[in-house]
Amino acid sequence: MTRKSLITLVVMALLAILPPVFYWTGNAFYLDLATRLTILAIAAVSLNLILGYGGMISFGHAAYLGLGAYAVGIPAFHWLYDGIGDWATNGLIHIGIAVAVSAIFALITGAICLRTRGVYFIMITMAFAQMVYYLIVSIEHYGGDDGLVIDTRSELPLLNLDNPLHLFGLAYVSLVVAMLLVNMIVNSRFGMVLQAAKGNNERTVTLGFNTYLYRLTAYVISGAMAGYAGALLGNFTTFISPEMMDWRASGELMFMVILGGATTIGGPVLGAAAFILLEEVLVDTLGWLESPLHSLLGTEVELSNFWHLPFGLLLIVIVLYVRGGLMGLLGRGED
Amino acid sequence: MDFSLLVIQTLNGLQLGLLLFLVASGLTLVFGILDFVNLAHGSLYMLGAFFCATLTYAFGNFLLAVIVSLPIVAILGLVLERVLARPLYMRDHLDHVLGTFGAILVIDTLVHLIWGPEGIQVPLPDWLQGQVPLGGDVIVPTFRLLIIGSGLGAAGLLFWLVNYTRLGMLIRTGASNRTMVSALGINIEMLFALVFALGAALAGLAGMLIAPITEAAIGMGNNIIITAFVVIIVGGIGSMKGAFIAALMIGLIDTLGRSFLDDIFKLAMSTEAAETSAPAVSAMLIYIIMAAVLAVRPQGLFPPKVR
Amino acid sequence: MKRIASLALAATMLTAPAHAEAVKIGFVTTLTTGAAVIGKEMENAVNLAMEHLGGMAGDTKLEVIFADDQFAPDVGKQVTDKLVKQDDVDFVTGFIWSHVLLASRKSALDGGKFLISANAGPSQIAGKLCDKNFFSTSWQNDQTPMAMGEVLNQQGVKSLYIMAPNYAAGKNMVAGVERTFKGEVKGKDLTKWGADAQLDFSAELAKAKASGADGLFVFYPGAAGGAFIKQYHQAGLKDVIPLYTVFTVDGLSIPRLQAADFESVLGSRSTGHWDPSLDNAANQKFVADFKAQFGTYPSNYAAQSYDAIMLIASAVKATGGDMSDMDAVRAALMAADYDSVRGDYTYGSNHFPVQDFYLREVVADADGTWTTKVVATVFEDHVDSYASECKLD
Repeated sequence: MTRKSLITLVVMALLAILPPVFYWTGNAFYLDLATRLTILAIAAVSLNLILGYGGMISFGHAAYLGLGAYAVGIPAFHWLYDGIGDWATNGLIHIGIAVAVSAIFALITGAICLRTRGVYFIMITMAFAQMVYYLIVSIEHYGGDDGLVIDTRSELPLLNLDNPLHLFGLAYVSLVVAMLLVNMIVNSRFGMVLQAAKGNNERTVTLGFNTYLYRLTAYVISGAMAGYAGALLGNFTTFISPEMMDWRASGELMFMVILGGATTIGGPVLGAAAFILLEEVLVDTLGWLESPLHSLLGTEVELSNFWHLPFGLLLIVIVLYVRGGLMGLLGRGED
Repeated sequence: MDFSLLVIQTLNGLQLGLLLFLVASGLTLVFGILDFVNLAHGSLYMLGAFFCATLTYAFGNFLLAVIVSLPIVAILGLVLERVLARPLYMRDHLDHVLGTFGAILVIDTLVHLIWGPEGIQVPLPDWLQGQVPLGGDVIVPTFRLLIIGSGLGAAGLLFWLVNYTRLGMLIRTGASNRTMVSALGINIEMLFALVFALGAALAGLAGMLIAPITEAAIGMGNNIIITAFVVIIVGGIGSMKGAFIAALMIGLIDTLGRSFLDDIFKLAMSTEAAETSAPAVSAMLIYIIMAAVLAVRPQGLFPPKVR
Repeated sequence: MKRIASLALAATMLTAPAHAEAVKIGFVTTLTTGAAVIGKEMENAVNLAMEHLGGMAGDTKLEVIFADDQFAPDVGKQVTDKLVKQDDVDFVTGFIWSHVLLASRKSALDGGKFLISANAGPSQIAGKLCDKNFFSTSWQNDQTPMAMGEVLNQQGVKSLYIMAPNYAAGKNMVAGVERTFKGEVKGKDLTKWGADAQLDFSAELAKAKASGADGLFVFYPGAAGGAFIKQYHQAGLKDVIPLYTVFTVDGLSIPRLQAADFESVLGSRSTGHWDPSLDNAANQKFVADFKAQFGTYPSNYAAQSYDAIMLIASAVKATGGDMSDMDAVRAALMAADYDSVRGDYTYGSNHFPVQDFYLREVVADADGTWTTKVVATVFEDHVDSYASECKLD
């Protein structure tokens, strides 16, 4: 077993064990944190398929999270206010809509985006995401700018998503499946072509592969996976607003992938964990430092509002000095 | 449609377009020559506004504050280049995006630490507070005319610099063929730093000009940077002409969209729906245009010739 | 998230009888982004209230935990979740923004906590989504602009142009003024709000002027207010289309407009449920101490936050710090038995205050500092328009 797979296994084991333990010991909040982390990790894993393995730097991946969440929120909204049938709370239908809408959106936009290269690709993916953002802002009926409160969670067989443990369990299993799926894809012939096209597109085309179609397929798969993660996110937050899908949110997903290590299966999970936990740790640490500093300086200081400073510095340092992200750092000496 | 309203709105669009050009020109220079994606370019715009605000209170004179703030922002641009950009030149665009994203967080928080969370109002001298009648019902605030004037002036200066000076020649060569410039024995590091500082000063100037209208506020740069990116993508990366045309186009479309779209929509839908969807659709317009341009011309409207 | 142990002097804490547990108050507001200027003001007022209380409600110690919503509804919900689940607070209060309150509402109420809005008053929460454990120390969004609509009628304004940000409260404010204003609405602009809010209003101001309306009604809270006023005056509209505002020319923007020498703000009028000039003992003490500590007149955000803490303290004191009996705490909140800086008020059936609304004018005080003073009373004991939709009990 390679060191990287070992790290991935350890991370996944910790993620499986710690949150329920926290929950049972009366720290329900940390289970929530873990659920959010796990759901975002699914989105990061899906982004890694195109960004890491496919070399397609999508700056609009948060749009799929939003589409997926609205796929839960909108039927639930009509169920509550317009009294449409109970099918509207069926989780399988929610997930079906989320995946289908995301895949169709990825197919249409991908077909256009993939005509461009490099930074043009980065910006056009962002443009499409911004269009979805403004589209939802303009639909007053579903709350527009204010967002939509999701009053009832998806109904699934055997599971009760109102139970935080069930929701976490579903997210966790989904993450494992997503990782296995991406692993399977990148090791298949399809994945080999995808990675070859990232390395040298001309050569791959010369070998007789229609790389455009390969890329588009990967793009659609990735979008559909992120849409699925969005459906989970909607169930988790029970609230969705356009703000959750603007370019900053997409930037954060990119960050998780790079922070953890692109082109590794476990990297995006590690990145998502580091990203989410870092915020908590920094805010709390700065908060704790306040009262000793207060007594030392005699004036009140509000450090915790400035957690972005160490956070930003850390990100810069990682980009500058840590090639291959956390996975590269921890699993050094391989490849 | 009211003709003088159309004239006024066109002037407003022109003003927005020129401010966008000031930000976008630096971005396209840095991008075209250094091949560096600088998300933190908007932070220089914000820093320009804050320094100008502080110095306006210190000197009691807005114009003097602008003149002194310009070199300060240029120097801050140099610092950013030296510390963050230079180590990243050889990396891929992804690292640029992430590194400068981190820089935005750091600079925003530093500004919060230094100037506090609230924005700063920038007072104008009395002669800039008034309005100028331009015939008929067209009355325009003096300061907005000044923005249009300085925007056009800066654009003219930039065209002269790029097209008729030795530095400009190097910049143009650098944009199309980087190895050529270094082969000519030019100190490429020096050239890069100069370009970066020039871009910083232009963005800073835009921030100084908008501050008396809105205010110097944290995060103001993050709002304009994405629009500026749209401008340079539509115009073609590295093309000054493209940035100019695209900036004016987007400024006009955005402003005219905000002014007249709801009236147009009212023809086709209920007043209520028109009033809420029009602002969102006019905000969406610039992205629709960008996607349409890229779908037809994947290199933007005016791609530099050799790339 | 920041913890403040109360500013109680060590001495008072030693002499106070030992009590089981402190009552915890979670305060959600905006502490980063440009809107932090409002959050900071509320935080100052909360600290002042805690100081006036000596950190105690009767024999029970109070503890306030501040949380930053970053001006975003999803973040607001996250921090509310944390306050409820991790810090296990007894009250969740604060909330500048209506959309943040709407997003966070379920987390606090489902968690079995009292939710007390110190500012936002979205129509939904006053009507269909009202809850027995929700209380407000401010107003329902529509009320203040309704008072302004009434003022416009009295002043004989025949037609109006309306501008507001495109979010929950903006829409409520527009609905409010339209409900009472009897003249014609010539045009309306709802502008982009949120983290990348539109701050250059040149296009909208040109439209307002071209509409030929008798008056311009606006709602731009926080930093946007200062920006709007400046552009309005730069465009020379003062004599063309008079300005009527709610929550725009307020305690936050006035000092900055004075710093920038915007003399034309003097005399401008707005409506509100509170004013620093209100003549009651609690308000005099609050305004004087706030000015002494922070150097400016308090804004309505400060007044409402101060009241939120005082209301909570009164309920904690009345129940002897026993938070297990929620019915008793609720009854104590409902009584509003404390010295509010707005004077006495009662709670309506939907737990929004039934209170007076005033017309106020910007004036220079004896020291030359600009502030507002009450000109007239517009509504007495005003009940909001959504109370009838609220089915409690």
